[in-house]
Amino acid sequence: MRGQEARDQAERKAAMATLAQSNGDDIVRLWNEAGLPSEAELLRGPETGLVTLRGRIGGGGAPFNVGEATVTRATVRLPSGQVGHCYALGRDKQKAKLAAIADALWQDPARRNEVETNLIAPLRSALTTAHERRRAETAATKVDFFTMVRGED
Amino acid sequence: MYVAVKGGEAAIANAHSLLADRRRGDRSVPALRLDQIVEQLALGVDRVMGEGSLYDRELAALAIVQARGDMIEAIFLVRAYRTTLPRFGYTKPIDTANMLVERRVSATYKDLPGGQLLGPTFDYTHRLLDPELAAGADVAEPLQRETEAQAMPRVSAILAREGLIEPDGDMPQDHVPGDITREPLEFPMARDIRLQALSRGDEGFLLALGYSTQRGYARNHPFVGEIRIGEVELELDVPELPFAVPLGTVRVTECQMVNQFKGSAKAPPQFTRGYGLVFGQSERKAMAMALCDRALRASELGEDVVAAAQDEEFVISHSDNVQATGFVEHLKLPHYVDFQAELDLVRRMRAEYDARENPVKVEEKREAAE
Repeated sequence: MRGQEARDQAERKAAMATLAQSNGDDIVRLWNEAGLPSEAELLRGPETGLVTLRGRIGGGGAPFNVGEATVTRATVRLPSGQVGHCYALGRDKQKAKLAAIADALWQDPARRNEVETNLIAPLRSALTTAHERRRAETAATKVDFFTMVRGED
Repeated sequence: MYVAVKGGEAAIANAHSLLADRRRGDRSVPALRLDQIVEQLALGVDRVMGEGSLYDRELAALAIVQARGDMIEAIFLVRAYRTTLPRFGYTKPIDTANMLVERRVSATYKDLPGGQLLGPTFDYTHRLLDPELAAGADVAEPLQRETEAQAMPRVSAILAREGLIEPDGDMPQDHVPGDITREPLEFPMARDIRLQALSRGDEGFLLALGYSTQRGYARNHPFVGEIRIGEVELELDVPELPFAVPLGTVRVTECQMVNQFKGSAKAPPQFTRGYGLVFGQSERKAMAMALCDRALRASELGEDVVAAAQDEEFVISHSDNVQATGFVEHLKLPHYVDFQAELDLVRRMRAEYDARENPVKVEEKREAAE
């Protein structure tokens, strides 16, 4: 795979990860604020199904099935021809549809910047803030061990 | 003669509307919203997700309300719901070393990389009922501490450097992970299938079995190598995309139990391991699962199978509380015909017994009847 193609795939995947992790209400709000087009032909879904989660024995060994999770997916085609996909945990069909449209818009070189700036960047920044807060709250519960000094005199 | 009996439709319908009324309770008390349950009864929601084997907080919360707080009934509802949905596939295995950690403790190493992070734990609380909580007092925001991101390797990786602990469990290269939702249970079973069954197994049952190993029934000297709770990312391979599609994050609890092992004909002296992985924040369940996983490896490690917790068929066949409650609770459904047949049988046996033990009295009775 050429370098540019690999970079594009990594960026597209990162955008999809941000959309999947974000709250549906936040996506709708930013979508409306940015005035992004929601016109698209639904090729599949939005539909809810299951994925089976896998873990690894001992954390890093052979895979095993842990249990299932609800996932909602959608596939759309824009009037300009790009096909976008979304798979996201949960049952939010509106979110899956918008995220699939966002994925399709992202693939349009004329639109990518707009999607990244007005939708992905603010979502990512909110997620990062929430993660940092959670990390800092957990860090406050870190145990600092100290040794009692015995009196020697 | 066989007589089909029908009836009870009206009684059943009325019982269900009475159930709906009692479930709602006093109408002057506000109805619970699902988000209240998700936020404020979070560990109950986690238990229903884990044993219902379906990660979806809102559905678990709905199940809890619908079941009036009866956890096994809620788990049953979630299991039934699962069967209505198509399956999109199996995720890539989660990477617990890359977790956004919310709690991480080790009982074996004080100063492990990343440190001991207590997180939102009940440990070290005084277990005194809190009247302020009853009064609905405001709760302060938690403290924060600035921190640079620090890698948090699993504790098993640290012990492995000395070569004194067995590696993570491996399977043959071409082994496809078994799935108990697709194939019936068969014994003996591979460890991967056992772990799937344990992960959805009843917390109380596994807790009691784990406890029994500590009390000497299959003693295996356990230490909590590590417990970690936090969020991990999920990815799914799909044909329409050239890369694994990210699905979002789930919270899981992982327990690495480390067990002293004096060696056997099959394995040298070393630390062996039991593993627990459960949906949500479910520390007790993850620990119980790890204890049972280790006990069930008795044959693999050349130990004598002498206790209930080591008996794979016993443990796995009885760990599922939906199956267990189904079979126990079915006893209260009408068994009129079965019972009539048994009644008839017992009457005959009793008559034969009486005739044998007390022939005169039976003879008198017969005469009186004539």
